[in-house]
Amino acid sequence: MANLANPTVFVDLSRRVLPWLAAATAALFAVGLFLSFAAPPDYQQGETVKIMYLHVPAAWMATFVYAVMTASALGTLVWRHPLADAAQKAAAPLGAGFTFICLATGSLWGKPMWGTYWVWDARLTSVLVLFILYLGLIALWRAIDDPSRAARAAAILTLVGAVDLPIIKFSVDWWNTLHQPASVFRLGGPTIAPSLLMPLIVMSLAFTCLFLTLHVMAIRNEILRRRIARATMLAAAEGDRLEPELAARGA
Amino acid sequence: MPDPHLGFVVAAYAVAAATIAGMIGAVVLDGRRLEAQMENAARALEAARGGKDAGRR
Repeated sequence: MANLANPTVFVDLSRRVLPWLAAATAALFAVGLFLSFAAPPDYQQGETVKIMYLHVPAAWMATFVYAVMTASALGTLVWRHPLADAAQKAAAPLGAGFTFICLATGSLWGKPMWGTYWVWDARLTSVLVLFILYLGLIALWRAIDDPSRAARAAAILTLVGAVDLPIIKFSVDWWNTLHQPASVFRLGGPTIAPSLLMPLIVMSLAFTCLFLTLHVMAIRNEILRRRIARATMLAAAEGDRLEPELAARGA
Repeated sequence: MPDPHLGFVVAAYAVAAATIAGMIGAVVLDGRRLEAQMENAARALEAARGGKDAGRR
């Protein structure tokens, strides 16, 4: 595992793993979408329940990606591992994307079911805060030129923002909200009919595989970005060293 | 009779598809751009080191 955290080993391994991950993602999406469209309509929601096959996996991924970033932030601050901050930086735009899908599809489900696109309900507001946190982290990485300072600042903000995760999870229990309580991960088992649960599970696996594929690719991009910066600096240093030597020879 | 809320379902799938396509496109294009930059940087470094060797001769 420690060997995997070596950037060179990671790049080599990613080359071998990525085609399989991409294929698994495509296959899971194909099966998941087929099951979603073949699933029967809900007795109350009708066909609108199909939005849930996107909304719920996106919501899970929104919080899962932030949990990954929190673990990476600890890796940055405690062990100062270069791959930890690359993983954290690479995950933020993906987390923002999943949170955007969660908010947009939830809103499109809310209009026909609740009669409104948005309410300042505890669950919706805490997910909106998560989206703003992702955007803030992306902005922070871009605002600080020194990568190690940016990594430390982003890691601290990530850890502070992690308090939003239990708020999102338990908001439906702690407050009286319009959003329904947990219906899959709950004591006593899921309350959803198996015919509706199966597409939800397959689509969740597809979203997870999509995140893994894109995250590995984005971490590899981050490693490449650092190698480019190092090579450019080395080339400039060689040029500086060479200049007086060539000047002395009249070159 | 089609579901009266079908438009919301189509819109949700369209938004999700566009966002996912954007996420994939951003990562893939960034990777291609970086690989091209890496080649240029490696060439510049090689040229600088080659120039140094020429200076010594």
